[in-house]
Amino acid sequence: MARAFTPKVITANHLLDGDVIYMTDTGEWTRLLSEAVLLTDEADADVRLLEAQQQPDVVVGAYLADAKVGADGTPEPTHFREEFRRTGPSNYFHGKQEEAQHV
Amino acid sequence: MYKYNDFDTAFLAERNRQFRAQVERRIDGSLTEDEFKPLRLMNGVYLQLHAYMLRVAIPYGTLSGRQMDQLALLAEKWDKGYGHFTTRQNIQYNWPKLGDIPDMLDALGEVEMHAIQTSGNTIRNVTADHFAGAAADEIEDPRPIAELIRQWSTDHPEFQFMGRKFKIAVSAGEKDRAVLKAHDLAVRVVRNDAGEVGYQILVGGGLGRTPMIGKVLNDFLPREDLLPYIEAVVSVWNQIGRRDNKYKARIKITVHEHGIDDIRARVDERFALVRPTFDGIDQELFADIKAHFAAPEFKTASTEAFDAAYANDTMFRSWADTNLHEHRADGYSIVTISIKKHGDTPGDATADQMRAMAELARQYGHDELRISHEQNVILPHVHKSDLPAIYAALREVDLHTANIGLISDIIACPGMDYCALATARSIPVAQQIATRFDELKLEHDIGHLQIKISGCINACGHHHVAHIGILGLDRAGVENYQITLGGDATETAAIGERAGPGFAYDEIVPAIERVVQGYLELRDGAEETFLETYRRVGLAPFKAYLYPEARANAA
Repeated sequence: MARAFTPKVITANHLLDGDVIYMTDTGEWTRLLSEAVLLTDEADADVRLLEAQQQPDVVVGAYLADAKVGADGTPEPTHFREEFRRTGPSNYFHGKQEEAQHV
Repeated sequence: MYKYNDFDTAFLAERNRQFRAQVERRIDGSLTEDEFKPLRLMNGVYLQLHAYMLRVAIPYGTLSGRQMDQLALLAEKWDKGYGHFTTRQNIQYNWPKLGDIPDMLDALGEVEMHAIQTSGNTIRNVTADHFAGAAADEIEDPRPIAELIRQWSTDHPEFQFMGRKFKIAVSAGEKDRAVLKAHDLAVRVVRNDAGEVGYQILVGGGLGRTPMIGKVLNDFLPREDLLPYIEAVVSVWNQIGRRDNKYKARIKITVHEHGIDDIRARVDERFALVRPTFDGIDQELFADIKAHFAAPEFKTASTEAFDAAYANDTMFRSWADTNLHEHRADGYSIVTISIKKHGDTPGDATADQMRAMAELARQYGHDELRISHEQNVILPHVHKSDLPAIYAALREVDLHTANIGLISDIIACPGMDYCALATARSIPVAQQIATRFDELKLEHDIGHLQIKISGCINACGHHHVAHIGILGLDRAGVENYQITLGGDATETAAIGERAGPGFAYDEIVPAIERVVQGYLELRDGAEETFLETYRRVGLAPFKAYLYPEARANAA
């Protein structure tokens, strides 16, 4: 039996600066995981991934990453790699954690 | 130091022009990522976890003050004010924007530097003993050989699309400070019984998923045969090396599967064909290159200032005892500047620190700096009378840590804080170990002990050849750290033995502390190093310290 589908977000790196980006419900790209669309239907996820992969002028290396619904109702990572991707490195306050401070 | 000639300058400018156009075509959509990726990799551009990363070659680890200043400029202008020195004598910038990278490469070109072949399935940056030209134990300065190999391998048409990367290291010392036996190919300058200088060629070393110690392919190669012989080796591997499995593609597997005698026979056969195609121009070039590496004029002067500071200043004495090495010239020292302050990221230097080191090199060190595979910076030629002033200047920029060769002088790869391949973090583990042993004030008592940390099986952090190696893995979605003991990165190279089950992120530092505690109890006096103790008693007694529960259960 095939494994049950677990919720996913579509994520990639931005072509110009390499920053981590996520697909939103309307098919736009956001820098924040909290604004990403959480996909619960496998067929839908596959179609949207194809859409993402057809935007080589914006995104690099789009893939489906496991995610879950967090306490505030927005997507959260289930794996530590995705936690680092949405936060930034742990040795310096650089990357997304730094940018969040300037918002 | 090597000075570019007109050909070198024109070649690099043309290459940078081509890459600028490739970046433009990628950004305007004319090139897909699949088309662009091999092109960017050939120019040192990776896409990592949070951003692009630019890896710049520091051939055989040698820099002038002007070059170091330029590295600082890149850090400040196009990155976040720092750079990361790596285990392969490169510097990495973690935050460049794709559109800026052509400007960064042009800026590097201004000081005769580049990022060519720092990635991709090519012959990579040639590394060398970081004490080259200064060490008391070497036959000659090995860097002209490294430069010759660099020129031969750059854009070599046969070796641009190989099955995998190929790493070469060069050394001429009795001691191995360049981890020769962990390289695809290593050149060791040796002298034969007749007193002639030639090369011992080692092949098939490597770390990664299947670590191997390099084997002797040729015990004594005449000098004029070097390039054709290396070309024959790489050519043989390029033909028969496996392309079906990335993890079996390196020459260490080819040597392992075919046996060293079979490889030697194939190389000899290939060499017979290749040798006549070298008509001596390489030897003319080599003679020219050698002239660039003429030793500085060493002076004869009093070392009184050093002696006085050493006698009276305990902080200076501690630093001098740890961070200085014997120089071949009387009255001189080799200074290792630790960029491993306790709690800081191993191998990182800020732009200000880079400039300060460049200035010290200009003022006191014949304008030379070296980057070691151990991720530190070296002033290779310093007269002892200048050491107190250097120490004072280092204090001002927080580069005076006295820990070379000690437990906090840790090699760590970038790990999952930056690297797209990593399976766990390395940097915070290094930071915590260094901080912990600094708190315990034990590190000088512990003595020579090398910890090396890799955040995945590719082993950029050299964990296999560490006295205490740490390998970070992803075990069911959680970071887990395996410990190996008894590895050795020197001329007595050895692969460390896996100690047993791994440790969670919050258990790894206490586990290291137990191993070290074990060493302090097991050692036969303060003179016996960790590695000596390990070789005397073996893994079992250390396991008892590492896994006390198992010991309790067995009792």
